[in-house]
Amino acid sequence: MTTYASDTTSAATTQRTFVQAVNASLDHALARDPKVILLGEDISDPSGGGPFKATKGLSSKYGEDRVRNTPIAEQAIIGSAIGAALAGYRPVAEIMFMDFIGVAMDQIVNHAAKLRFMSGGATPVPLTIRTMIGQQRFGAQHTQSLEAWFMHIPGIKVVMPSTPSDAKGLLTSCILDEDPCLFIENVNLMYAQKQEVSDHDYSIPLGKADVKRSGDDVTIVTYGAAVHTVLSAATTLQEVHQISAEVVDLRTLVPLDLETVLESVGRTRRVVVVHEATTFCGPGAEIATRISEEMFSDLLAPVLRVGAAYAPAPYAASELPFLPVPDDVVEKVRSLF
Amino acid sequence: MTLDVEGGIVSSAADIDRDLLTDIYTRMYLIRIVNERVVGEVKAGRLKGAAYPVRGLEAVCAAIGVCTRDDDQLVSTYRNMGDALAKGADLRRAVAEMYGRASGVSKGKGGAMHLHDPSVGFVTSTGIVGAGLPIAVGLGLAAQLDGDDRVVVTTFGDGSTSIGAFHEALNLAALWQLPVVFVCQNNQWGEHTPIAGYTANTDLTGRAAAYGLRAVSTDGFDTIAAYRTMRDAVETTRSGGGPVFVEARTYRLSGHSAASDYSYMPRDEFAAAEQRDPVPGFRRWLVESGGVEVGMVEGLEHAVDARVEAAFEEASKAAPPAPEERYTDVFADEGMVRGL
Repeated sequence: MTTYASDTTSAATTQRTFVQAVNASLDHALARDPKVILLGEDISDPSGGGPFKATKGLSSKYGEDRVRNTPIAEQAIIGSAIGAALAGYRPVAEIMFMDFIGVAMDQIVNHAAKLRFMSGGATPVPLTIRTMIGQQRFGAQHTQSLEAWFMHIPGIKVVMPSTPSDAKGLLTSCILDEDPCLFIENVNLMYAQKQEVSDHDYSIPLGKADVKRSGDDVTIVTYGAAVHTVLSAATTLQEVHQISAEVVDLRTLVPLDLETVLESVGRTRRVVVVHEATTFCGPGAEIATRISEEMFSDLLAPVLRVGAAYAPAPYAASELPFLPVPDDVVEKVRSLF
Repeated sequence: MTLDVEGGIVSSAADIDRDLLTDIYTRMYLIRIVNERVVGEVKAGRLKGAAYPVRGLEAVCAAIGVCTRDDDQLVSTYRNMGDALAKGADLRRAVAEMYGRASGVSKGKGGAMHLHDPSVGFVTSTGIVGAGLPIAVGLGLAAQLDGDDRVVVTTFGDGSTSIGAFHEALNLAALWQLPVVFVCQNNQWGEHTPIAGYTANTDLTGRAAAYGLRAVSTDGFDTIAAYRTMRDAVETTRSGGGPVFVEARTYRLSGHSAASDYSYMPRDEFAAAEQRDPVPGFRRWLVESGGVEVGMVEGLEHAVDARVEAAFEEASKAAPPAPEERYTDVFADEGMVRGL
């Protein structure tokens, strides 16, 4: 890793994986505010502390009233979380895999995202939804990056961190936020990387991108698990091709920190957008358009995109590549020069 | 007390306070008059919005109103006018909202389908069939966690019993023994399809009981029976008896929406149901058997007429929302929308 923005003001830190950082944020939230409750399938300790152990230890510490196992019923999970939010609670609802969110789409899109507006501000929904993107080995119904669906719906924030430290601070901001937030995790990040994470109860503001690597020749805009693909590509670009890439980690897609992106592109004048969502109509389409609209005359080359193939995620990952790999990014960047 | 099947009253009311009976009637009459006015305004093209008539539901709605406290919470549907007025929602702000005015309860951003009034516990109304049930479950969870004795009531039509949210909500409410009263306003129609056309098992009370909660049915055209059933359901739930499902059997004495045709409804069936129209039926009973003088009833009606007239007069002339309201209330912080 290179640098990451830090509100990590406390000197005390602990080596944590992404999942441990998520757990720490939830722990702080439950300790800080008695109105924080957790809802989800298998999240209590008797059921294993969550399918990915993100909630491990929390029901033992705060009780099964506040860390509640639910039936396999995504509409009821999100709907009841909305109801509790309307009554002054700050629920954190877990949807085990992002692909299952389709079952709860009405509650998220028509209710969580709209109730503030439809009531003229009288019924805000301070709800956090945590969900997980799986790996290709789970197949087509456990691997989708569906963040673009939610970016398209006014009224819900979309957060996709790439590091343990960002995850902890951004999840805290989601739980403190007055509006619904979708917090998207990724199996490939959960245990892969350990990082010194502050023990302090800190937050990272939503809508602030983070420059994960500074560079001069090209800007690569990315977020979530793709940040690591891009950082690997940036190393290759520097070492093999003498191209200095700046890596902008958006961290949140709504709100979108276009300012940081445009500032970077203003210097590099070349840009590639990289994500693990399908390229076609993916978040990169919007981001690339905005860059073109704002900076067309400054650009030395068209804005290019790298994303997942237009196909359901194939099970045979090595034979049927689906997600972008560093070489895809290297190749795309080189085509700009 | 009397058995006036034609008028809709079949239950005894000897033990019910006269003031309560007139309160129930006043709420029913208010709902009836506002409903007539809204339908008329929509058909005349003066109220340019989707509105859903509640004719036939007045007794069920009034029962909810008189059986709940202001801190008891209500989640309704797009057919919410009766629930709203029975619960005591501010008439002027509700009517202004139907006209899409800035003085409306949602500043003209919600409209007739999404009435609410937090001051009387009317939390929200949904335009999505069945979607209110899981939200009511969450309100019930909050009441239970608070250790409070407030009760959550949610209303929905018979059509809602076909959608998955109904199943998920009843299952969860029963599992967690939440203080929620599920009121199925069975008007026999799911939009333009009669109940027997969309389900093989029309025993909705039996279906609800299968989830492991108390389920009862009542004649929603019998005002006294509807009141008693609602009172018992709310008391059971409030005293820790867990969720209750109430099926109030009525008939939709109108089309699906204010503007829609209803020639598809069998004429004889409609006419038979109309014979039991709860508002004139209960009025007749009040005067003939309930010991309430006709002059008093007329006085209540005149007062309601005047309130309704004033509310519509005011709303029809009220200012629309200002253009800058478009981006407020999307998020708490309007600045978050900038650039999106």
